[in-house]
Amino acid sequence: MDEVLLRSLTPGVLTVLGRRGADFAAAEDAVQDALVEALRVWPADPPRDPRGWLVTVAWRRFLDATRADAARRRREDVVEVEPPPGPVPAVDDTLQLYFLCAHPSLTPSSAVALTLRAVGGLTTRQIAQAYLVPEATMAQRISRAKRTVSGVRFDSPGDVATVLRVLYLVFNEGYSGDVDLVAEAIRLTRQLATAVDHPEVAGLLALMLLTAARRPARTAPDGSLVPLAEQDRSRWDTRAIAEGVEVLQAALARDRLGEFQAQAAIAALHADARTAEETDWVQIVEWYDELVRLTGSPVVRLNRAVAVGEADGPRAGLAALAELDDAVPRYVAVAAYLHERDGDLATAARLYVEAARAAPALAERDHLTRQAARLNARRTT
Amino acid sequence: MAKYLLLKHYRGAPAAVNDVRMDQWTPEEISAHMQYMNDFAAELEQTGELVDAQALSAEGTWVRFDGEGRPPVTDGPFAETKDLIAGWMAIDVDSYERALELAGELSAAPGAGGKPIHEWLELRPFLTEAATTTE
Repeated sequence: MDEVLLRSLTPGVLTVLGRRGADFAAAEDAVQDALVEALRVWPADPPRDPRGWLVTVAWRRFLDATRADAARRRREDVVEVEPPPGPVPAVDDTLQLYFLCAHPSLTPSSAVALTLRAVGGLTTRQIAQAYLVPEATMAQRISRAKRTVSGVRFDSPGDVATVLRVLYLVFNEGYSGDVDLVAEAIRLTRQLATAVDHPEVAGLLALMLLTAARRPARTAPDGSLVPLAEQDRSRWDTRAIAEGVEVLQAALARDRLGEFQAQAAIAALHADARTAEETDWVQIVEWYDELVRLTGSPVVRLNRAVAVGEADGPRAGLAALAELDDAVPRYVAVAAYLHERDGDLATAARLYVEAARAAPALAERDHLTRQAARLNARRTT
Repeated sequence: MAKYLLLKHYRGAPAAVNDVRMDQWTPEEISAHMQYMNDFAAELEQTGELVDAQALSAEGTWVRFDGEGRPPVTDGPFAETKDLIAGWMAIDVDSYERALELAGELSAAPGAGGKPIHEWLELRPFLTEAATTTE
């Protein structure tokens, strides 16, 4: 059974229920019920018209739930007057759904969960697995998120940037459970790109494609990280690279540069180099200068120091590093790398150990420890 | 069935037999160690005995309540704290003997020189819910 097809139908079904007058929270619950039912029934009994099937089942669930609600209210004999219903958020198209699920009033983790369920068509269980939390916890997170956005009006479009940040989070974080979140983030960004014409949406899509293209070479069979310079480039996904470059070029041609386009441009320059030595570091530094101008982010400045180290030598990289606050995450790891390139192996080994202590991820910690071990082994032999 | 926690310590456990800091191993020895740990967890998953496995950062903060309306007090990390947990594996096994066997196997993970570390692991039973027949 094609689960991705099923997921891609979700926003459309939700939209239909919205047009028939269902409020967002109830419609979304009904669609989720229909999805879970489809996952159960379709493998043995696939429908001829999947979308029609989903709309029918979801609408029936919505009506059942509404009737049960009304009946319960009658039974409980509510005496106090119900507050008048607020403006019903009109779920009028997929784009509005993206805006709603990434609404600025939501915390990042809530926006991610709601986006994956309402726009992505994942089940609560799949989302819970991807973020390693109990299913009941994830269910609560999603229903609280829906309550938070229940009063949001939709006369004006939202901010695309908030949606992009949520999709970037989906791409960048999460664990490999039942669902491949990287593929899912790409699918959702691609779908967004068809709904809105915005160079930064294209920029993010290109960045995702170009980064994901390196994925097969990024991890060794034992699970350890393989740094960019040491990756077997023949294992990069050339189709994804070609598509990423094409999407990026079309976006850049519109001359409305943004941070995702600039990041994608850097990824494209890496993708373009057949060997690590052929990398055009001078151009990469220029793109980092653009990124610093666009974001001012200390993390970007840190990455720029690495690029400067490659373009102009490790001393120049260390000089660029010296201008930064050493509290920036991964500062010590970068310092270790630049000192190694500069030939100061004792300092580099000490800094790698220090960086490993502060590493946020297990694979990263092991990688940094291995770097220290490599230098220590080389120094003693 | 009974659940046990296998606790691994950065500090605070008695010294291992093969007690060499990891950055003094060779990269190949580190890889062999990681492989052993991954295989161990995969094996436990296969036998239906794995509950959870997590690694903790070496750096943390101590926190305590400081009274109504005040932000919590934070302190540390304390370099002198004797006990520092590195991570755990939670297992669900049929007997204490099986838990001991698994802890022993984990402690045999290879370290410097490719030889077992003989690391001391702490084995702690979970306190259970009262059984149905408890009066």
